Amino acid sequence: MPETLPANSVGLVTPQTLQFNEPLNLQGGKVLPSYELIYETYGQLNAQSSNAVLICHALSGHHHAAGYNSMDDKKPGWWDSCIGPGKPIDTNHFFVVCLNNLGGCNGSTGPVSINPETGKLYGPDFPIVTVKDWVQSQACLADKLGIKQWAAIIGGSLGGMQALQWSIDFPDRVRHAVIIASTSKLTAQNIAFNEVARKAITSDPHFYEGRFYEHNTIPKKGLMLARMVGHITYLSDASMGEKFGRETRNKAFGFNFDAEFEVEKYLNYQGERFSENFDANTYLLMTRALDYFDPAADFDGSLEQAFRKCLSKFLVISFSTDWRFSPERSEKIVDAMVEAGKDVSYAEIDAPHGHDAFLIPTPRYTELFTAYMEKVARECQGGSQ
Amino acid sequence: MRVDLEIIQDWIAPGSRVLDVGCGDGTLMQHLQKHKQVTGYGLEINSSLITQCVRNGVNVIEQDLDSKGLGNFKDNSFDVVVMTQALQALRQPDLMLDEMLRLGKECIITFPNFGHWSCRYYLTRKGRMPMSKSLPYTWYNTPNIHLCTFKDFEALCHQKDIYILNRTVVDRDHRHRWFNKMWPNLLGEIAIYRVSH
Repeated sequence: MPETLPANSVGLVTPQTLQFNEPLNLQGGKVLPSYELIYETYGQLNAQSSNAVLICHALSGHHHAAGYNSMDDKKPGWWDSCIGPGKPIDTNHFFVVCLNNLGGCNGSTGPVSINPETGKLYGPDFPIVTVKDWVQSQACLADKLGIKQWAAIIGGSLGGMQALQWSIDFPDRVRHAVIIASTSKLTAQNIAFNEVARKAITSDPHFYEGRFYEHNTIPKKGLMLARMVGHITYLSDASMGEKFGRETRNKAFGFNFDAEFEVEKYLNYQGERFSENFDANTYLLMTRALDYFDPAADFDGSLEQAFRKCLSKFLVISFSTDWRFSPERSEKIVDAMVEAGKDVSYAEIDAPHGHDAFLIPTPRYTELFTAYMEKVARECQGGSQ
Repeated sequence: MRVDLEIIQDWIAPGSRVLDVGCGDGTLMQHLQKHKQVTGYGLEINSSLITQCVRNGVNVIEQDLDSKGLGNFKDNSFDVVVMTQALQALRQPDLMLDEMLRLGKECIITFPNFGHWSCRYYLTRKGRMPMSKSLPYTWYNTPNIHLCTFKDFEALCHQKDIYILNRTVVDRDHRHRWFNKMWPNLLGEIAIYRVSH
């Protein structure tokens, strides 16, 4: 709990919820008749509504990106390092919006919401949503907030995919897209890791085909395992080595299978904490959205063609030790943007933290990100162009 | 304004698509964007220079030319490919020249002249590897691993059937001097070449 709020914090924030009654046609063919989106905002929207920035969250993220919801919060929002006064996404200049995506479990309509048709929780009946669907719903949110065009849409990992999809689906509504530690499609290895995670959940005896709520239980072990596997892919060999090495809890081996190594203890703790706070059906949905993402598929497999009609400028950032979405994957995106003749800048940040580096404010990352966003802010002052 | 920028600017048609290979802080691209309405990208490896490019409003792509080359760019994807003061620091400058001409209709290249009288004097009198304001490194820490003279460069162009469209010689402060023109390989410190296939 912070005794006083740091000067460069957006401070105390209260999430808001908007109800949408226009049906949303989903990529999978189903229709969501109505839904709610929960979001937070930081900073002030200017008179021309030209300084709005959308933050898209990653797999287990949510709408609480910065600041504190109460003075009792132990930690600020998940991207507090980058959002706030004087930070790369400077709330002195920008009006920042971050929402919880559809299918999430933090307040937007998802598996843990009531299905109006049955009066019960959606659970496994919640339709599978895709990155494209999220972008559609985010556009509806933008409409309600009076934002015709975003100064920038920014996201890391799965969030970066949403920023990409926005620039393709709504070319005239995005001035800048910042795509961090992301990819234009998952590899077989990425999908394989997702499948292991899903199998861990669905094979948990407490999963009950996704209807575990009705049995007053959760597939805790499965969700824990899923998170443990995922978590390994977010870190690098070097960062795990540095953090845990081969440290053990006791000097002598116990010659049993309890968690003896520090890394085991850490993974178990992370998995346990996650399983208590995250919904198993949401985890399944989010990993599927990752698997399905491939904007080139609508353009005969050509990413260059996908970018042809984009009007936004791009900043693409990768991290040297990210093996989940490696620098090569970002370079593929950049090459296609160059072929399509788009404005793009690209940097590979040397950072030891693996995929998670996008959440860690290393000096070079912060400087580059700040330099780019300062340019975006200067454009906002000149009106909407 | 730096004279080399002025010369390069004169050689570039308005609205050209330009690739600046080894673009530094983006000064040239920024200048060309402003005065010649060019579009395109700079390639750079130095992290603080990359940030500086972004600050200068220049599209910059981080790329290690020695390990990656230019293979990620398509044939004839630029009107002009520029490389200022970087050729001599590359592992394979001859192959880079081919690659640059694969991407661009024309290339503009500048590099320091190792045949300049001061280098010759230094080596002849002192018997040591030349050091000067434009070549301030010792032999063991210099990034300039492939220094050449103007004659060397022109011989390479001849061998590769590369046409030299223009050549201008300036001193290290990028000034024109009348005597540079008379004995360029002896008196010119930096050459600016415009070449094509």
